[in-house]
Amino acid sequence: MPVITLTINDELVSARSGQSILEACRDHDIQLPTLCYLDGLSARGGCRLCLVDVAGSPRLLPACTTEALENMVVTTHNEKIDRYRRMILELTFAERNHTCAVCVSNENCELQSLAAELGMDHVRYDYLNPELNLDTSHERYGVDHNRCLLCLRCVRVCDEVEGAHTWDVMGRGVESRVITDLNRPWGDSESCTDCGKCVEVCPTGALFDKGSSVAEMKKEASFLRRILDGREKRQWQR
Amino acid sequence: MNPTSLAEQAAQELQRQEQLKLRLFLCYSTPCVAAGAEPVKTALEELLAKQDLAADLEIVATGCMGPCSRGPLLRIKNADGEEQTFEKVTPEQAKEILLHSIANQPVETTALPADLPFFVRQTRIVLSNSGEIDPEKIEHGIARGSYSALAHVLHEMSAEEVCAEIKQSGLRGRGGGGYPTGLKWNLVRKSPAERKYVVANGDEGDPGAYMDRTIMESDPHRVLEGMAIAGYAVGAEQGYIYVRGEYPLAAARLVKAIKAAERRGLLGSRVLGSNFNFRIDLRIGAGAFVCGEETALMTSIMGRRGQPVPRPPYPAQSGLWGYPTLINNVESYANIAPIMQQGADWFAGFGTEKSKGTKVFALCGEVVNSGLIEVPMGISLRDIVFEIGGGLPDGGKFKAAQTGGPSGGCIPAEHLDTPVDYESLKELGSIMGSGGLIVMNESSCMPDVAKFFMGFCMEESCGKCVPCRVGTVEMYELLTRITDGSAMLNDLETLEQLCRLVQETSLCGLGMTAPNPVLNTLHYYRDEYLAHIQENNCPAGVCQLDQIPLLKLPEHAAELAVFKEEH
Amino acid sequence: MTAPTAPSTKINDDTGHDLKFQLIDKALKKCQFQQDALIEVLHTAQETFGHLDEEILDYVSLQLKLPPSWVYGVATFYNFFTLDPQGEHVCVVCLGTACYVKGAGEIVTRLEEEFSIKAGATTEDGNLSLLTARCLGNCSLAPMLTLDGEVHGKQTAESVIAALKAKTTQKAALEEEKV
Ligand SMILES: Cc1cc2nc3c(=O)[nH]c(=O)nc-3n(C[C@H](O)[C@H](O)[C@H](O)COP(=O)(O)O)c2cc1C
Ligand code: SF4
Ligand code: SF4
Ligand code: FES
Ligand code: FES
Repeated sequence: MPVITLTINDELVSARSGQSILEACRDHDIQLPTLCYLDGLSARGGCRLCLVDVAGSPRLLPACTTEALENMVVTTHNEKIDRYRRMILELTFAERNHTCAVCVSNENCELQSLAAELGMDHVRYDYLNPELNLDTSHERYGVDHNRCLLCLRCVRVCDEVEGAHTWDVMGRGVESRVITDLNRPWGDSESCTDCGKCVEVCPTGALFDKGSSVAEMKKEASFLRRILDGREKRQWQR
Repeated sequence: MNPTSLAEQAAQELQRQEQLKLRLFLCYSTPCVAAGAEPVKTALEELLAKQDLAADLEIVATGCMGPCSRGPLLRIKNADGEEQTFEKVTPEQAKEILLHSIANQPVETTALPADLPFFVRQTRIVLSNSGEIDPEKIEHGIARGSYSALAHVLHEMSAEEVCAEIKQSGLRGRGGGGYPTGLKWNLVRKSPAERKYVVANGDEGDPGAYMDRTIMESDPHRVLEGMAIAGYAVGAEQGYIYVRGEYPLAAARLVKAIKAAERRGLLGSRVLGSNFNFRIDLRIGAGAFVCGEETALMTSIMGRRGQPVPRPPYPAQSGLWGYPTLINNVESYANIAPIMQQGADWFAGFGTEKSKGTKVFALCGEVVNSGLIEVPMGISLRDIVFEIGGGLPDGGKFKAAQTGGPSGGCIPAEHLDTPVDYESLKELGSIMGSGGLIVMNESSCMPDVAKFFMGFCMEESCGKCVPCRVGTVEMYELLTRITDGSAMLNDLETLEQLCRLVQETSLCGLGMTAPNPVLNTLHYYRDEYLAHIQENNCPAGVCQLDQIPLLKLPEHAAELAVFKEEH
Repeated sequence: MTAPTAPSTKINDDTGHDLKFQLIDKALKKCQFQQDALIEVLHTAQETFGHLDEEILDYVSLQLKLPPSWVYGVATFYNFFTLDPQGEHVCVVCLGTACYVKGAGEIVTRLEEEFSIKAGATTEDGNLSLLTARCLGNCSLAPMLTLDGEVHGKQTAESVIAALKAKTTQKAALEEEKV
């Protein structure tokens, strides 16, 4: 595969042609915050945390959906970008009801650890406090919309990897919700195969194993890379 | 049909029209119909039937004539080509006008003066047929030259030449962005692919604008012809028109026009006897502003949730079903045939150095003559509002002209002499937009207007990216606080910072431009915001201001004390 | 729940149930069951039934071989599609810029008070749905609204209330006649 070189944070790095800026960064251990991106799923560009500065582009570009090109000059961190990332996280926290103290994913939540990592310690915006429900109709799993970030990892993993397309999104704007089938209780879903992939990839406590109590829900999304390599390249590895 | 038979039919139809004693043009566009054009038509038809006049007379139900607020409009044209236009016509008046005109007697109802600035200050290129033809009769269009540009292009020009001509004309996209049309066509033409598409954007989501609706309703063939020329120029055989769901009449007329054109070989396979095939299909929107954004529009054409996708890749590289796609606004397409007919240099003679040609505006709000106008680029706002629009009614004082809808801004009185072109409006912190122009008087409160637009963006945000999905709601909350009296000075700072964030980090144009009305009014009317916050006063008298800031509530007194100690 | 099968096996009750599904079938055939035509099919269904309920969405999803959640997602993305039945009469007040500047907001508030419903809702007796739109393309008639599809320009709160009252009482009078 042809190799290209580009500059990331003043350092010359190489990348495979066709890779995204994010993939190039990860290959070289350059840290970039992400929420909607997950290795193994299609990139979506929705959470806007991976925005980077690309010389010559008038706008910040999402690293996850922007292809790395020869001679590109990329800056992943500066005062403005870091400030914007914190503000975006604040907006994310303000949108739903993230009461960490009572959450099953407390201490094991990607949102929580990103906030700590980026130094986001207060929210200056009004909490929108939507009234959202908790669906525990499924035999093994539950969904708590109060913790959902609308990253749509669940939707993508269910469609792209499991092939069931049980999940999708209804409504639009701030009224959007993830749904199963015709917005019926998850437990009544005809298409759900009970595989639990969505639960594993969900970055917060929105999808959880039933029976876990506060701070008990630990997730592991790396299984995805493994089964995908196995499936696509017939390369099982551990 | 081939070019010769097309010309023959045009001549034939012209001859028929010239032999008529009298032609009555009745505006049958939605505003005039709503104002009562239907009974007028019935009355005229009954009279014709009764008096056995049908042979030398013709009633033409036309598209929009322009001064919509004066409808129903009736124009009569006698065999000598003399014309008179009547406003607010009742069925009785219509009958009187008809009878007197036949008898060659002076008509009692007073006609609109022929030199009304509303008419003489306009330059009609896009709308040249609008109000002159029955949009449902293809012969009317053909008599006025419809499809002759296509015939010329197909038989005399190469695709490359067409693109060069459009580039030479300086035409820029009329959908708001102002991207040079010729460049875009060339990009698509050069994209190698086995299949390409041409799309006309007729979604017109800007609230307070109806240019595209009028073009599609009044002269649908103009749009189809422009698309076919585009198809030939970029190498596409399939076109789609995406019509806003709120415009059923436009959709119906387009369907009819497509059928009529296909029947005559003006669309379909082997167009006008050439080797070029071009089909056009209609797609009806289902009510989502964001679907006007080009990538969202394409996902919607493919039957999905109309959410934008990150660009690049641009539609010119990968659009509908992954194939190169040319997407232009309806008005942009409507400019194509005149350019090809009269030449790029003729077109470039209108307008300013960087903005060529004309622009159609929907002039609305607090103006005497509200309606649809077409003016050369570079005309001043003052001329539009006070000459063509006739100023504000009831002695109102001009406060602002809003252009660009929810992506634009308000232009204050001190900038009324700014020429209307892409760059000048942008410099003022607004945009040309698709052509909505709303005049406001002193009774409009600017923070309230900003809140109105933010509410719109909030409802229309597709929800894909966080800054727009949540940011618009938070900006709306902050503006609500300002307009209900509960804001404090630091809220203004929070609001401005949030505006910058949403502008710079949103995925698509909706989010990127949603803060514009706020930033722009903050720039020109900051005093008004401050009056709300510091003096609890709405200068325009619109806002209730019946809330007080949280920290001023008595139950927060204790907290306030602690707060003070800490600092 | 059981998945609906072909419409022919449907109960052909006197509400014309069967007939309506045939209209959807026609639309499906016209687009050759292409999945891309989902929005067009939903348009037809919305026009035919006045709203899209679970049964209809399930049927469409089955026929187009699309996941149910996909169909539901599309149906709830667009303003035109409603999941709940609409009232006997539908009043759509334009809240586009031109109409807003000319006082349409006031009209909506007055209507909400008069008929004790929020914009977007239907009265309890199912008589009236009060909806709002963002520009209906008749800005020169601002403030304008549509009543059962008919365009009414240059309105005031009083004129709308009068027109609506006339509509609703018309129906009551007709019913009385029947009795
Ligand atoms: C939120 C949003 C809404 C838009 N709405 C419209 C619209 O209603 N009509 C239109 O022609 N272009 C609209 N555009 C611009 C289109 O994305 C696109 O630029 C345009 O159709 C290109 O055509 P043009 O080059 O002829 O202007 C919109 C863009 C955005 C970001
Ligand atoms: S449920 Fe979890 S995975 Fe799905 S969208 Fe919400 S946060 Fe993302
Ligand atoms: S900016 Fe708004 S409309 Fe555009 S993708 Fe983001 S959420 Fe959707
Ligand atoms: S990770 Fe790139 S936008 Fe979310
Ligand atoms: S703003 Fe009401 S019709 Fe356009």
